[in-house]
Amino acid sequence: MSNKVFVSGNEAVAIGVKLAKPNVIAAYPITPQTIVVERLAEMVERQELNAEYMYVESEHSALSAVMGASVLGARTFTATSSQGLLYMAEVMHYASGGRVPLVMMNANRSLALPWSIFGDQRDSLSMLDSGWIQVYVEDAQESLDMIIQAYALAEHKEVLTPVMVNLDGFVLTHTYEAIEVPKEEQVDKFLPGFELEGKMDLENPRNLFFSSSPADNIRFKVQQHQAMENSREIIEILDKQYGEITGRRYGGLATGYKTEDADIILITLGSITGQVRAVVDVLRAGGEKVGVVKIRFMRPFPETEILKLCSNAAVIGVLEKDISFGYHGTVYTNVTDALKNTNKRLINFVGGLGGKNISQQDIEEIFRRLKNVDKDTNIVNFIGLEV
Amino acid sequence: MLDRLDKEEYFYGHKGCGGCGGSLAVRLALKVLGKDTFVVLPAGCMSAVGFVYPQLCFGVNALISPFASTAAMLSGIRAAAKSLNIKNCNVVGFAGDGGTADIGLQALSGAIDRGDKIIYICYDNEAYMNTGVQQSSLTPYGARTTTTPPGEHIHGSRNSKKNMFEIVAAHHIKYAATASIGNIPDYIKKVEKAKNTNGTSYIHIAAPCPTGWGIDSSETVAIAREAVECGLWYLAEYEDGKYKLNKNVKEFTSIRTYLKKQGRFKHLTDEDIQEIERQRDENIKFIKERYI
Repeated sequence: MSNKVFVSGNEAVAIGVKLAKPNVIAAYPITPQTIVVERLAEMVERQELNAEYMYVESEHSALSAVMGASVLGARTFTATSSQGLLYMAEVMHYASGGRVPLVMMNANRSLALPWSIFGDQRDSLSMLDSGWIQVYVEDAQESLDMIIQAYALAEHKEVLTPVMVNLDGFVLTHTYEAIEVPKEEQVDKFLPGFELEGKMDLENPRNLFFSSSPADNIRFKVQQHQAMENSREIIEILDKQYGEITGRRYGGLATGYKTEDADIILITLGSITGQVRAVVDVLRAGGEKVGVVKIRFMRPFPETEILKLCSNAAVIGVLEKDISFGYHGTVYTNVTDALKNTNKRLINFVGGLGGKNISQQDIEEIFRRLKNVDKDTNIVNFIGLEV
Repeated sequence: MLDRLDKEEYFYGHKGCGGCGGSLAVRLALKVLGKDTFVVLPAGCMSAVGFVYPQLCFGVNALISPFASTAAMLSGIRAAAKSLNIKNCNVVGFAGDGGTADIGLQALSGAIDRGDKIIYICYDNEAYMNTGVQQSSLTPYGARTTTTPPGEHIHGSRNSKKNMFEIVAAHHIKYAATASIGNIPDYIKKVEKAKNTNGTSYIHIAAPCPTGWGIDSSETVAIAREAVECGLWYLAEYEDGKYKLNKNVKEFTSIRTYLKKQGRFKHLTDEDIQEIERQRDENIKFIKERYI
């Protein structure tokens, strides 16, 4: 029997968290994340969720608190956005270096200045090197499903790396959709209780989060990198297991749509993907061989997947809501490295900064430019500049 | 009371300087709290001397937190202990003066506001000693630090110590106390009280640092005692909403003698010392009016 609800992206995250049964939740409010933590507080109040809900005075403390809780073997949750994510920056490196399997939701939002509460992806992409696994979801259903999978991934003994689940601010966090909520027993089957090897234990005391000499330090960093590499396979396995239980699969690190025979491919990240697919369908109806590759994970980066999905295309565009000032969009830089041994023509489209809408016409225009790529001389092309 | 102390050592084999007051505060508190204890230390002397892999010096569960996060991590550990039904355990933090009064103040305020059952012990050696003696907001007036070099124009630190005891008391914390390495029985009694407090407790212990203060490593306890005797430090408690002065010093010893024993005050002029005496008198007036 289906269990459909009509909820926003934020609410889908809250439902996913509830099903994962965390012990400790600590969060600090920031638009557009707030609905997640409000719903969780209501669930705790109604005793649908048996968790310690901590009111903290900052994002820095929120992430520190859940890290302290996690090393006792508690499953935890926190959520943030934008400036709050940057305020956590120090603790993010700390958590990944300490191999603390946290799960955090980030509502992608622009960074000040100028102030903007609206969405782009500069916040999380600026934290790409923090050692967290980063997944970007497309809709409310994927939000719920990936929160649950994030716990299984972070806590996997071959991974033990924190996971950040990214939702585009407002476009996804505040948009209502009908989604299927998995049954408690389905989730329990997929995600058993959290057992942390080497946790702090009164019978077996531990000293954690220590200093190390240069000779040892690099070994810890190698292990950290290896764990991230291990996660590639675990992501695939979990996607399959989750699919067997719920009937929904998302396809691992990256997925393609009509890429097999495509001459032109546009690569996307996050919620814009659905709109690009719709444009692809329109153009395909007109006989154009176009496709889309959706990057799901920015870390670990889907290098081989992109290479494979783009194998037949000659022209690749990367559309992203990010710019690394003085170079390209960060997604583009990563994609070009994955395709460095090919002779494909690559071009970067930067749009949606500070919440600017990317319209169907914008995407059609991008495909037009990709078709006539020889006329475009710039690598980085800002779109949506017209007033 | 001292003979009842746990014979086990829970902070042992560290690389602290000879005569380190901070390490004595940690060692003694853990003897009171015992083995069922979770310890949080931020960046600072104690984490630097006790926590270098693979030489880890805590016999109880312990971790280093980010500098600003001592109280937040303590709260997280307590929340997990509650959720996982880990009973009868202590959750204690040891942070220095900079880690407490400067960078960690916000998180500490948050934890006291929540009333989490945690013990926060500030070992106050009056500067950022771990990084090489830089000024903190608990550096006393006139003290030489590497960022308040005494010269013709500036005679050392220009600010007076931030009043952490009053700051935490203003939160209506369950239990707060000042203490001194110069009065160990008093400190131990206060740690025991903190252990039995059903809510947040804060102990601010004056913990001299021979390296930073310019004293001999054998003088730590004596100089701490003298600070109380000359009226530059005091022993007090805040409990159930009431203040108490534990030791009412009737006649103060010489501030000049106390200061001139320490390298960090060697440069002070007569005018500087008069200013410190004036500040002392003002502070003692405040304390006596309020705590007695």
